[in-house]
Amino acid sequence: MAKAKDTVSRTLLVALVLSVFFSVVVSTAAVSLRPAQIKNQNLDIKTNILAAAGMLKGGASAEEIEEEFARFDVRLLDLDSGDFVQPSDVGVQDPMKYDMYKAASDPQMSTNIPNTEDKAGIKRRPNVAKIFTLTENDELVRVVLPVHGYGLWSTLYGFVSLEGDANTIEGLGFYDHAETPGLGGEVDNPRWKSQWVGKEVYGDDLEEPQIRLVKGGVSADAADREHKVDALSGATLTSRGVEQLVNYWMGDRGYAPFLKKLREGEV
Amino acid sequence: MADATAKQVLFEPIFSNNPIALQILGICSALAVTTSMNVTLVMCAAVISVTAFANLAVSLVRTQIPASIRIIVQMTIIASLVIVVDQVLKAFAYEISKQLSVFVGLIITNCIVMGRAEGFAMKNGPWLSFLDGIGNGLGYSVLLIFVAFFRELLGAGSLFGFSLMPVVNEGGWYVPNGLLLLPPSAFFIIGLAIWGLRTWKPEQVEEPDYKMSRHTTKEAF
Repeated sequence: MAKAKDTVSRTLLVALVLSVFFSVVVSTAAVSLRPAQIKNQNLDIKTNILAAAGMLKGGASAEEIEEEFARFDVRLLDLDSGDFVQPSDVGVQDPMKYDMYKAASDPQMSTNIPNTEDKAGIKRRPNVAKIFTLTENDELVRVVLPVHGYGLWSTLYGFVSLEGDANTIEGLGFYDHAETPGLGGEVDNPRWKSQWVGKEVYGDDLEEPQIRLVKGGVSADAADREHKVDALSGATLTSRGVEQLVNYWMGDRGYAPFLKKLREGEV
Repeated sequence: MADATAKQVLFEPIFSNNPIALQILGICSALAVTTSMNVTLVMCAAVISVTAFANLAVSLVRTQIPASIRIIVQMTIIASLVIVVDQVLKAFAYEISKQLSVFVGLIITNCIVMGRAEGFAMKNGPWLSFLDGIGNGLGYSVLLIFVAFFRELLGAGSLFGFSLMPVVNEGGWYVPNGLLLLPPSAFFIIGLAIWGLRTWKPEQVEEPDYKMSRHTTKEAF
């Protein structure tokens, strides 16, 4: 029952017409919606930076977020030396355009982390990080640092906000992860995140980061309570991942050189 | 089904011929996206639009499709529609599209879409096929919303993100059932829903494939 429509040439023709038509449909949608998507992504990142810094008001409009975010300076930081670098050194005009996660996969712009030191499970680290600083009356009062590391299922991407003393945590938040909803996904729970406020990253010697996520809560008289945060229940591996990634990024291979300079007033 | 009326085509799939409960199609996403009502509703809207327009498109070109590549043709149509839906969500509902993550993309593999394109749209006119797509999308949605209602209420103590039963973690009294936030719990709820539905409409109960005959001979050993 070979009908006209079942011939080889007809089959090829239908396949060709169909492919061309739908590639046009798909690319039109992708191209025309691109600006709106980029705007959403940028707004999302800015929202998360403000949220980590505790500066996000509930129900803030897009304009309010932009306005609040404009108070921050976007700076590029050489992680090894702890000094700021110019945007032109990493080949961009506007520091906001620099993508440190893209740089992490470029051998020219990143370094391998030896296995023994790779607590965050990220394998490569960009040489230059994009950080956000808030200056009031010529004094640096707040610094928001991007962090990422591996949890249970996924890499968690987030921000840690520190006070001007480069030790006290003002907030932390993750904007991208795929941990189990209800368990590891509770890293997004505002109540859990609020525990981080006021914790201190470093001990008295200001050398090694001391953050610990502990089981069973942190009582008011626990030893080292200024470094301890209640772990997420039912999410041991996500909690461990968060602990490791915060300690990694606050350590010598992360922001420690910069934070040291900041404390000594060299920034 | 040749003389199916528009009304039948639209409403039958909701209870009488529900794609999840009777045809047992599309279970995978029913497990994945039903942890909260907001996400579920967006997913339902996405699936309804994809099934409807995929059926419409397949039905429009059904007389032209060579039999040897019909599945690939349907796949191409469905995949393109899904990509468009994904792009639209990313542009206009960014937060929710982040939560739905890969599951929007996985509508491509949702058996309901493919099943209706092959089973209905290849044999019926565009208008009926379009309605059939909406109907099956609705049938899928009804069950998903049912599942999500219980999962969010009992698993997180809230509906649409509004806290109804304040949970212990936030200083309330309700100890949420963590199992309900994990995918397997949807199996239990879908199972109970199918049981309920078949009790209400006994004609959906299948004949057992195999009946054990009476034991007549003595055990030999």
